[in-house]
Amino acid sequence: MNFDFTEEQLMIKQAARDFAQRELVLDVLERDEKSIFPTQHIKKLAELGFMGMMVDPEYGGSGMDTISYVLAMEEISKIDASVSVIMSVNNSLVCYGLNRFGNEDQKQKYLIPLASGEVIGAFLLSEPEAGSDATHQHTTAEDKRDHYLINGTKNWITSANSASTYIVIAQTHPDKKHRGINAFIVDRNSPGITLGPHEDKMGMRSSDTHSVMFSDVVVPKENRIGEDGFGFKFAMMVLEAGRIGIASQALGLASGAMERAAAYAKERKAFGTEIANHQAIAFKLSDMSVKVENARNLCLKAAWLKDNHKPITLASAMAKQYAADIAMEVTTEAVQIHGGYGYVKEYHVERLMREAKLTQIYEGTSEVQKIVISRDLLKG
Amino acid sequence: MKILVLISNVPDTTTKIRFTGDNTSFDDAGVQWIINPWDELALTRAMELKEAGGVDTITVANVGEKSTEPTLRKALAVGADDAIRIDAPAKDAFFVAAQLAEVAKGYDLILAGIEASDYNGNAVGGMLAEILDFNSVSAVSGINIEGDSFKVNREIDGGSQVLTISGPLVAIVQKGIAKEPRIPAMRGIMMARKKPLVVAPPVDAHEKTQFVNFELPPPKAACKMVDEENAKEIITLLHEEAKVL
Repeated sequence: MNFDFTEEQLMIKQAARDFAQRELVLDVLERDEKSIFPTQHIKKLAELGFMGMMVDPEYGGSGMDTISYVLAMEEISKIDASVSVIMSVNNSLVCYGLNRFGNEDQKQKYLIPLASGEVIGAFLLSEPEAGSDATHQHTTAEDKRDHYLINGTKNWITSANSASTYIVIAQTHPDKKHRGINAFIVDRNSPGITLGPHEDKMGMRSSDTHSVMFSDVVVPKENRIGEDGFGFKFAMMVLEAGRIGIASQALGLASGAMERAAAYAKERKAFGTEIANHQAIAFKLSDMSVKVENARNLCLKAAWLKDNHKPITLASAMAKQYAADIAMEVTTEAVQIHGGYGYVKEYHVERLMREAKLTQIYEGTSEVQKIVISRDLLKG
Repeated sequence: MKILVLISNVPDTTTKIRFTGDNTSFDDAGVQWIINPWDELALTRAMELKEAGGVDTITVANVGEKSTEPTLRKALAVGADDAIRIDAPAKDAFFVAAQLAEVAKGYDLILAGIEASDYNGNAVGGMLAEILDFNSVSAVSGINIEGDSFKVNREIDGGSQVLTISGPLVAIVQKGIAKEPRIPAMRGIMMARKKPLVVAPPVDAHEKTQFVNFELPPPKAACKMVDEENAKEIITLLHEEAKVL
């Protein structure tokens, strides 16, 4: 056992922290209020190497480990979960999927610009009637011998409008059920792709979320990822790793809210003393601190397992479920500690609370994680 | 052109300061160490000059024990080409300047932060220039390379002075020298370990000062409110209590 971070990991954490606290914080409230996409910030993050952190340098990435990724995600998410979700989708779904399962041509053509952050990607799995139940894909990818023809609708797509490269999950052989599903790399500008309106979300309002409609979209044969019918397995394995990203995002929301609550409690006075001196507040902070530490340890363990090529299904589900649930609890308590101030936007914690809610829902709801966890416990 | 940037390894600026040994030494338990903020700006300006062309290498140097290497590697991650660590604790300004003088020959421009944020000595840059017999300008808020010499902006009372000065030069830099320190890119972080970090033995030099004891500033007194009707009392308070009048 070794709980020490390397010098490089600590430098990456500090770099992410500096970027978030110097740059993201400046306009995070305005972008939330007006739903403005953080174009310039993402560009800078890409220059620093945060958009393809774990991709091999030969494919434009930074070649970092997953531990570094967790540390960076936490720091960015403390300030701005909209930016960190764009980062997470690009890193742990799109780049990870292509880096691990794409062939050489696909990596050369699509991974390099994605990992270097020249363009960003989106992952299109959810459908109006298939969220947690991803086996029932209504979107079809008909095999037309020399190409595929995609038809259908995808929902809740992060970065749908800003992304240049889509990874689309669709059904090719309905008779084979989930074994007939494929994953495709699709150019966002392909004829036949239209976007639904910008979703007016409760939180993470600076990220752009849309539904995406496919109408006879032609996709070249060579853009299928893996063997025919690999798509469902692909999606599941990618999401399994992606959970570490969202878990770390939830962790950052919780620790960010905790830091703000602790700072406020040391300043604000009531009944003649700083409210931190009241046990009612001190114990809340204590509970937050234990939860945050537990979530951090779960995230780091899942990351360590991934870095050491060990199974991560259980660990990433635990990290995601726990971190998301405590993010909701800790951000809610942070609002409580701030009292009336916590309920106004200027103090940030109400935004963190709105953002935390989404971590319990996307990339596998907390309930889906519990299915994964309990199945593991009960099997055999 | 070769630039040397002097790097001081200092406690993070948010460190809670404590002393040990009957207030004779700084308690460094649990302290996070950083590049002295002024030196970090100096390094940023060095990078800008290199990017503008005309600079071959940027070297960073510090006097410190092995524990200070992460600070030097951060400077390498930001973009310095190589680093020198003189293997001795940084005892006082003269000791540090004497050590640096051994490695600083051969550079055309030496950038030193105006002071280190730990002891605020404001002395190493000037001493180094004196030992080396280099030109030196203090309070530099801007510097550009002009052929073989430098165009330097220096802050003076009520304005600023523009100088042209030949090298080798020790520029003691302050606010304005660069906008803000750079965040190291991941590629830089990964390359930092591959860049040369030379450990040089210290030379014989004796420190000229000794720490007798440290004192923390008195805790901030509570804010005193004066009623509108007693406005005149402010004068009395400023005179008798605050002693500023």
